[in-house]
Amino acid sequence: MEQAGEYRIAAARELVWQGLNDPDVLARCIDGCQSMDKLADDRFDAAVKAKIGPVSALFKAELSLEDIAAPASYTINANVKGGPAGFGKGKAEVNLEADGADTILRYAVKASVGGKLAQVGSRLIDGAARKMADDFFLAFGREISGAEPVAGKPAEAAPVYETGGQWKIWVAVFVALILAMIFAF
Amino acid sequence: MAEAIESGIGAPVRRKEDMRFITGEGRYTDDFSQRGQVYAAFLRSPYARARLDSVDASEALAMEGVLAVLTGQDMAADGFGDLPCGWTVKQKDGSDMVTAAHPPLAHSIVNYAGEPYGLVVASSVAVARRAAERVITEFTELDAVVNPALAMDSEDIHAGVVGNLCYDWELGDASATDAALAAAAHVTRLDLTNNRLIPNAMEPRAALGIYDPGTGEHTLYTTSQNPHLERLVLSAFVKVAPEHKLRVIAPDVGGGFGSKIFVYPEETAVIWAARKLRRPVKWTAERGESFLADAHGRDHVTHAQLGLDEQGRFVALKVQTTANLGAYLSLFGSSVPTYLYGTLLAGQYKTPNIHVEVHGVYTNTAPVDAYRGAGRPEATYVVERIVEIAARELGMDPVELRRRNMIQPADFPYQTPVALVYDTGDYEASLDKALQLIDYAGFPARRAAAAVAGKRRGIGLSCYIEACGLAPSKLAISLGAGVGLYESGEVRVNPTGSVTVFTGTHSHGQGHETTFAQVVAARLGVDIDDVELVHGDTGRVEFGLGTYGSRSLSVGGSAIVGALEKVIAKGRRIAAHMLETDVENIDFEEGQFRLRDSNRALSFGEVAFAAYVPADYPEDLEPGLSEKAFYDPENFTYPAGTHIAEVEVDVETGVVALVNLVAVDDFGILINPLIVHGQVHGGLAQGAGQALLEQAVYDEYGQLQTGSLMDYCIPRADDLPDFLVDTTVTPCTHNPLGAKGCGEAGAIGSPAAIMNALTDALGVNDISMPATSEKIWRALSG
Repeated sequence: MEQAGEYRIAAARELVWQGLNDPDVLARCIDGCQSMDKLADDRFDAAVKAKIGPVSALFKAELSLEDIAAPASYTINANVKGGPAGFGKGKAEVNLEADGADTILRYAVKASVGGKLAQVGSRLIDGAARKMADDFFLAFGREISGAEPVAGKPAEAAPVYETGGQWKIWVAVFVALILAMIFAF
Repeated sequence: MAEAIESGIGAPVRRKEDMRFITGEGRYTDDFSQRGQVYAAFLRSPYARARLDSVDASEALAMEGVLAVLTGQDMAADGFGDLPCGWTVKQKDGSDMVTAAHPPLAHSIVNYAGEPYGLVVASSVAVARRAAERVITEFTELDAVVNPALAMDSEDIHAGVVGNLCYDWELGDASATDAALAAAAHVTRLDLTNNRLIPNAMEPRAALGIYDPGTGEHTLYTTSQNPHLERLVLSAFVKVAPEHKLRVIAPDVGGGFGSKIFVYPEETAVIWAARKLRRPVKWTAERGESFLADAHGRDHVTHAQLGLDEQGRFVALKVQTTANLGAYLSLFGSSVPTYLYGTLLAGQYKTPNIHVEVHGVYTNTAPVDAYRGAGRPEATYVVERIVEIAARELGMDPVELRRRNMIQPADFPYQTPVALVYDTGDYEASLDKALQLIDYAGFPARRAAAAVAGKRRGIGLSCYIEACGLAPSKLAISLGAGVGLYESGEVRVNPTGSVTVFTGTHSHGQGHETTFAQVVAARLGVDIDDVELVHGDTGRVEFGLGTYGSRSLSVGGSAIVGALEKVIAKGRRIAAHMLETDVENIDFEEGQFRLRDSNRALSFGEVAFAAYVPADYPEDLEPGLSEKAFYDPENFTYPAGTHIAEVEVDVETGVVALVNLVAVDDFGILINPLIVHGQVHGGLAQGAGQALLEQAVYDEYGQLQTGSLMDYCIPRADDLPDFLVDTTVTPCTHNPLGAKGCGEAGAIGSPAAIMNALTDALGVNDISMPATSEKIWRALSG
């Protein structure tokens, strides 16, 4: 399945890029994120405990990064396993574009899911994944700018975050989307 | 005998069993429970193909209420055999088909999404399911082979199965067919797909395993269409238990459509677990499990060529099919796309040269096996689509083209070029009646009226034939069947004159309790309410081969007739003794044993009572009035008929309305036309489902995308018109009831009729099933 989205965040691109790097932000934006370990510069493991509907499981994600062009774009390959609940694998491309004082964040995910979640039907999963992505970016936008990241709406100046570990946001984004697909049944 | 007339042969008696079904008093497998019963939840592969690396059950085992986590490796260690395929198909070169080992629970490689590799047994269903989610299994995913058309060019999924080819099979004369095609005045070519279907019985599969450590007896309640075959396979091949220590009970079963013929991993594992844990173990499938792991149906890709001469006579039919068998051979999976398919390609026509070749291929999808019609809908779809298209290409009336080629009543018995000998039929009689019922002559006016309303209306025929009454054992075994396909019947007359009848067939919606009672009541002259049918229990019925292939009445009913004749013969001897005459002087009619040329007679009840109270019997007359018979048919039966569909397409939206569906079938002698019509209605609904709505979809990774009723569309009442159903009769020539079988016809004939109607409406030939509104809209939008 494929999904793409776009959000306007009321902060400068550099700030957004930096802001994406705070592990605390990620922890707040993805409920149940238990760990994120950097195995190499371009390889990471993440573990997220999640419960949606009737299914509760620990999802383990193996992620690898490519085409890193800070602060503009990034591609993440992911392999997420949730045991009997199912699994997901795929690729997410994320793009930041400066637009005046704001930043437009675009993502495009191509993913395939397997196990129980594949059985449920992409119609359901797409909708739920969209909602989860929206929830994530809303939370993130609030974190970084203090304003709702609604398209076309100018926002206040955002707080500045420390740099370091910018990969984590993309991990978070991807995990969120995959989880959304996995849990949306 | 007003009663006998109202309930006799041909009377539309309401089904005796329906009162319990509609009042919730039916007893299905899940309704049976035992003291100390525990519940199973299966561990299923999320991957279409993967290596099973490890199973960590520690977290699950630590949960309160969890008794055990059993895996395929445990089962293999206990010495269980593989699930067998019951029909060995011979390849072109004379070699046997290549069978991939099918362990009941996977132990090293999983080969389809949903394949079970273990089970959790716990004190409740909820705990078992929760615990199953806590079992941590490591897999290494492998590339899956999903598309049957590409399977032969893909990586081998089973060791030793080269090119994923189970068999390369043929039937008919290839060179004569090629020569006739080359010389034909016109050749119509057609590529088509017979869409993969998921059966969706209303009652999901279920099993309850019970082990008695005192006697060593195993009892398995399960949703089976053939409990004796289930017992035979589980004992002889899988080695679950010796046959005399294994009782299989298939109580009320809520629909099967073929999918409950087969011996599945789950019931095998349940009876094993019951013995291992010494607790009764129950499993009832969730609907999602049914989608993943019930045997699917159809799934053919076919190229066909029909050659015609200048007069429109068929000279040759050449058919090449790739049949998806799924990941493993299900119990009869090999026979469906071969002997139940290739043999029917003559249809109702005198095509002199026919050749069919079938590549049966393995893929990483659920096993594919018989589904209502089993091979015959696929054959009908090929023949009736290509005949219709040939008529269009030649500018002929499709009715006239069919008439010109039909086998005529004088031609019977008719030897087809594809092995079968049709015993009887009158195809034009069904055709004429169907044309009249749908008012074929009035169609142009209806089409014109629809056009005024902005709709495109089309009409299409399908003149099908099927081979039913499976099966002559000698023929079936010579073609590779692993079992005979006769049937048994027992008639036990009780001392008070009521009758208990035992049959090896199984009723799971067919109404046997009524139809068979009508047969017995009519022959013995007793009230049908004094006739009780027993079926579905290996502990009560001697033997049997179950219900499929529209065989129950023509084969099972004929066995009961055999037993009835023996009962009557014995009754005549008893009556002769009572009336102090010779048996030759006793006639039996309308429930009376009469001394010929006298007014002396004994009622059936009097003789029955005397059979069990033998006050003064001579030495050569045994007490009792209970007889058994086996019946092995000498040929298949050949139900045939014409289905005609009329559709209307909304050109703006592509929505198709099935506005008329007529079925005129020749099922031979009807015992109960009400039940026959009900069977036809159900089959037509499933046929309409295949044509317009249903499609099992796997993605490129082998994940089932249509895993629920959200995404797999079965017909609803408002998708269907009021069916017009009627019959013609040519009695079957070789069974005592003259019956041919009616269970599958609706699903066999109707898809081609609907698609012929739809393509007639659209003016294009290449719409595939299911013809959804999206496909139609795209075709219309060019």
